[in-house]
Amino acid sequence: MLIRHAPDLTDNDVTDRSLYLRRREFIGGAAGLGLLAAAGTASARGLTYGPGFSTTETPTSRKDITSYNNFYEFGVNKEDPSENAGALKTRPWTLRVDGECEAPTSFAIDDLIKANKLEERIYRMRCVEGWSMVIPWVGFPLKDLLAQVKPTSKAKFVAFETLKRPSEMPGQRWDTLQWPYREGLRIDEAVHPLTILAVGLYGDVLPNQNGAPIRLVVPWKYGFKGAKSIVRISLVEKMPRTAWNDLAPREYGFYSNVNPAVDHPRWSQATERRIGEFRRRETLPFNGYGQYVADLYRGMDLKRNF
Amino acid sequence: MDASVKRPVRSKRPSKTRDNLVYAVVWLACFAPLVWLAWRVFSDDLGANPIETLIRQIGVWGLRLLLVGLAVTPAARILRKPRLVRFRRTIGLFAFSYICLHLLTYIGVDLFFDWGQLWKDILKRPFITLGMLAFTLLIPLAVTSTNGWVLRLGRAAWQRLHWLIYLIVPLGVAHYYLLVKADHRPPLIYAAILTALMLWRFWDAFRRRAAGR
Repeated sequence: MLIRHAPDLTDNDVTDRSLYLRRREFIGGAAGLGLLAAAGTASARGLTYGPGFSTTETPTSRKDITSYNNFYEFGVNKEDPSENAGALKTRPWTLRVDGECEAPTSFAIDDLIKANKLEERIYRMRCVEGWSMVIPWVGFPLKDLLAQVKPTSKAKFVAFETLKRPSEMPGQRWDTLQWPYREGLRIDEAVHPLTILAVGLYGDVLPNQNGAPIRLVVPWKYGFKGAKSIVRISLVEKMPRTAWNDLAPREYGFYSNVNPAVDHPRWSQATERRIGEFRRRETLPFNGYGQYVADLYRGMDLKRNF
Repeated sequence: MDASVKRPVRSKRPSKTRDNLVYAVVWLACFAPLVWLAWRVFSDDLGANPIETLIRQIGVWGLRLLLVGLAVTPAARILRKPRLVRFRRTIGLFAFSYICLHLLTYIGVDLFFDWGQLWKDILKRPFITLGMLAFTLLIPLAVTSTNGWVLRLGRAAWQRLHWLIYLIVPLGVAHYYLLVKADHRPPLIYAAILTALMLWRFWDAFRRRAAGR
């Protein structure tokens, strides 16, 4: 395995110093401006960092992370989201959490961010198209949110529904995918400590093109599983429908775990190009998070359940 | 690449200077996309994934020039400018050059000369299989593009060989279509243009037969 685990290093040792300083500035500034109310809270508590989950690899540049995006709601080209997402209004924003649970709740986004302890998680992101990045997210574990609505024993899966608002999302005027975009996880995947809801990037408020105001990040799965601009999370009994699986079931499975041994029908998944690098690198099973998540799939045929 | 303009209506032969000038314009127009791409490479304007952007852009220009090449004959007939046909070879050879460069960038930069991977791609990835097939079929056309080869093969045989283009361009469009993830509009636009150009040819052949020519 190529993952370097260095318990003697903290994230501060590897985060570029200027970025580290900028994050502090941001938190002060954001609290003052009330942009990200929770950041103020986090600042008061002191930002906590992922318990060993963050990679020590060098993060991809902020410019690349915010200008090379797949977010078809804003257009199919990589530069479309950064060019078109400016019109999206992310306040007011309500996230409804419902379904098989005792306490279905609608959260105002700022209350939600305030109530949850934010952490920085530097994760690898592997796109199904064969490229990858290292992204410093700010967010909180999805399990913390799910615990608040008290899932019942019928909650076997979690369904994510994202915003449908063609007036602000020009890509939705054309049915490239079925809108709203839907994603889903099995409940054990959803409550895994690696799975987070991200509200920030590089210590800053999440840019619209990256899925503002709140998005899912599941680092061992292909990037498209990370639903962006989420409006509803439902606990459900049956495996939910997902957007890419609806479009091409042969090409995009429900699980979509990063797996170099299972090729996309039209291209190989054995290697990837890390954005900013010249040579391709080997793709790791579960995107290098196998030591944390491989157990979730024990006994499953991952070639069939791709 | 086809002989539908066998008997040009007599047209006034323009001056040599003007002829050369028009030729230079066509040549520069074919060359311009490459210059533009090279400029974008050097000014770091190809985005976060420059290698993929470069490969796709060069490929798309190759396809566009192939279609322009196929449009020359209909244009010459419709506009009654039979001498336009003399640009077909230039455009076709430029298309071939772009496609060579497209392939070289894929093999040399994307795969970094991993021949094993290339072979696997050709066998396993339908879009690469079709692309390589189209490229292979283009080679004899490029080789026999000279006047010498027309004489050597004889006009009729040369003509038949160059009908291969009617197979190659659809392969190129299919190659593009198959790599698209969700939004098939761009390759479908090329497919529509190709269909229009082919329909014109069928219609033209039918009309000529009906006229007993």
